[in-house]
Amino acid sequence: MTIERDARLREVQSWGSFFRFGIDAPAVGKDARPGQFVMVKVSDGTAPLLRRPLGIHDADAGGFDLFFSIVGRGTEALSRKAPGDRLDVIGALGKGFTMPAPAEGKTAYLVGGGRGIAPLYFLARELARAGARPIVFYGGRTRDEIPIRDRFERAGIEVRCSTDDGSFGFAGFVTALVDQELIKSRPAKVYACGPDRMMKALAGITARHAVPAEFSLESIMGCGIGACWGCVQRIRNESGDGWVKICEEGPVFPGERILWP
Amino acid sequence: MAVTTRPVDLTADLGFLRLRNPVLTASGTFGYGLEFEPYLDLAKLGGIVVKGLYYHPREGNPPPRLVETPSGLINAIGLQGVGVEAFAAKVLPRLRAIDTAVIVNVCGADDDEYAAVVEFLDAQEGIAAYELNISCPNVKKEGACPALAPEPTFELVKLVKSVSRRPLITKLSPNVTSIIEIAQAAAEAGTDAVALVNTFLAMAIDLETRRPRLGNVYGGLSGPAIKPIALRMVHQVASRLTVPVIGLGGIMTGADALEFLVAGAAAVEVGTASFVDPDAAARIIGEIVSWCEAHGVAAVRDLVGTLAVP
Repeated sequence: MTIERDARLREVQSWGSFFRFGIDAPAVGKDARPGQFVMVKVSDGTAPLLRRPLGIHDADAGGFDLFFSIVGRGTEALSRKAPGDRLDVIGALGKGFTMPAPAEGKTAYLVGGGRGIAPLYFLARELARAGARPIVFYGGRTRDEIPIRDRFERAGIEVRCSTDDGSFGFAGFVTALVDQELIKSRPAKVYACGPDRMMKALAGITARHAVPAEFSLESIMGCGIGACWGCVQRIRNESGDGWVKICEEGPVFPGERILWP
Repeated sequence: MAVTTRPVDLTADLGFLRLRNPVLTASGTFGYGLEFEPYLDLAKLGGIVVKGLYYHPREGNPPPRLVETPSGLINAIGLQGVGVEAFAAKVLPRLRAIDTAVIVNVCGADDDEYAAVVEFLDAQEGIAAYELNISCPNVKKEGACPALAPEPTFELVKLVKSVSRRPLITKLSPNVTSIIEIAQAAAEAGTDAVALVNTFLAMAIDLETRRPRLGNVYGGLSGPAIKPIALRMVHQVASRLTVPVIGLGGIMTGADALEFLVAGAAAVEVGTASFVDPDAAARIIGEIVSWCEAHGVAAVRDLVGTLAVP
């Protein structure tokens, strides 16, 4: 983890309110693991004041990618950055996904809703590289909310899409699509990132099918490095349950430990 | 001919404690200090004021605990923490190895707990002073705390002072009509210094759902938005009391810190800035040095209380 004050925005792709940034930042990229995040400064002034936590969408020795959507003033300010702009980021932060033991043909389901798909691309690539078989379940409200499905396909990763309005792929929630699939087959693990409501529903489904699952949680964060105790989730531990910092002990937690609100 | 200049004397004098430089990190914004080791050299700091400690581990408030407002941050963490035993066993030995002043922020649900925390910590080595937290606004829902009135401030400071073998800094709340009266009460009770200000009781509303944005409804506002008010309070207290003042509230830059010194603070604490930039305190020290060099100031402490008021 390091402060990279001179990261450079290399490439911007956008689809409505969704954005993909390619960022040159070797200090952050070289050690990043799937499921980790960065804290990005979105303004040079004091409004917005705080950095924004964003999941690492992809990474290599040269830098990393972000995939995000505009949800407030911070991400709106970030979306206005242009190629060549300097970016000030801290990363890679948090603990990432636990990778299953690499075994040829071992299947993992990766379930992403909306902007929650962001960290799953990096994870899918790493799983594939390790010899596992990632299958991505990608859900959005409409066709416009699943913009990077072809990015997975270009990387040789199988994607199954769902839209709530039925405008593309399976008609209905992505959780229903996964449930349907779990009746037929049992992957080594389910990984998910998306709205809390989606993940809570998915946690019920994976528990019912007795499949281990890991969920990447989103939260408002003050610092991202474990100092402010602002981002907490109720987590079950050996010693009972309590508020645990998402930034430090997460953002990824095993399904059976998360006590959903 | 080579021009040689003597390095700026950065030392700060609190009377009971001499600091390497006047920049401390504010409690609640710097964790237990160790979280920041990857980002700055902790030995370069004037001191570290660690997160508030209750005797027992504490749960804190339900989320959401943070909400950002224009140039500010409202928090309602509720002082979640590890308690004194875990602090002494796991954190303090590592802090002790760092060559800086470690100041422990002391909390309590009642007078007995404050005293118990101090008595426990008195048996531990490697603590330079205590900062008495009688002013956290988001532990109780309406922000109630001893620092809202002179009498409970006096009583609590007196009690803690009587059981403590270490110097005591009393951290005051700005949520009062007369900060001077409260500071006077703390001084009369024997506090060795006052730190002001803690956060301002505040709230934020989600208009769409018409619900408060914080789980605790109210929280404490910090950040650059509060600096002018904190500065005023520091000036009011420092110009009337003889007890040393530590100033804090929205310090983001070296210039901000220097303004507090000029207003009368003998030292400052950097708070919310450390969330934005984990190395903010180190940067601020560097900016103080640069400013002093550019302005021919030989010793930073010479600036304390030099505000020219018409």
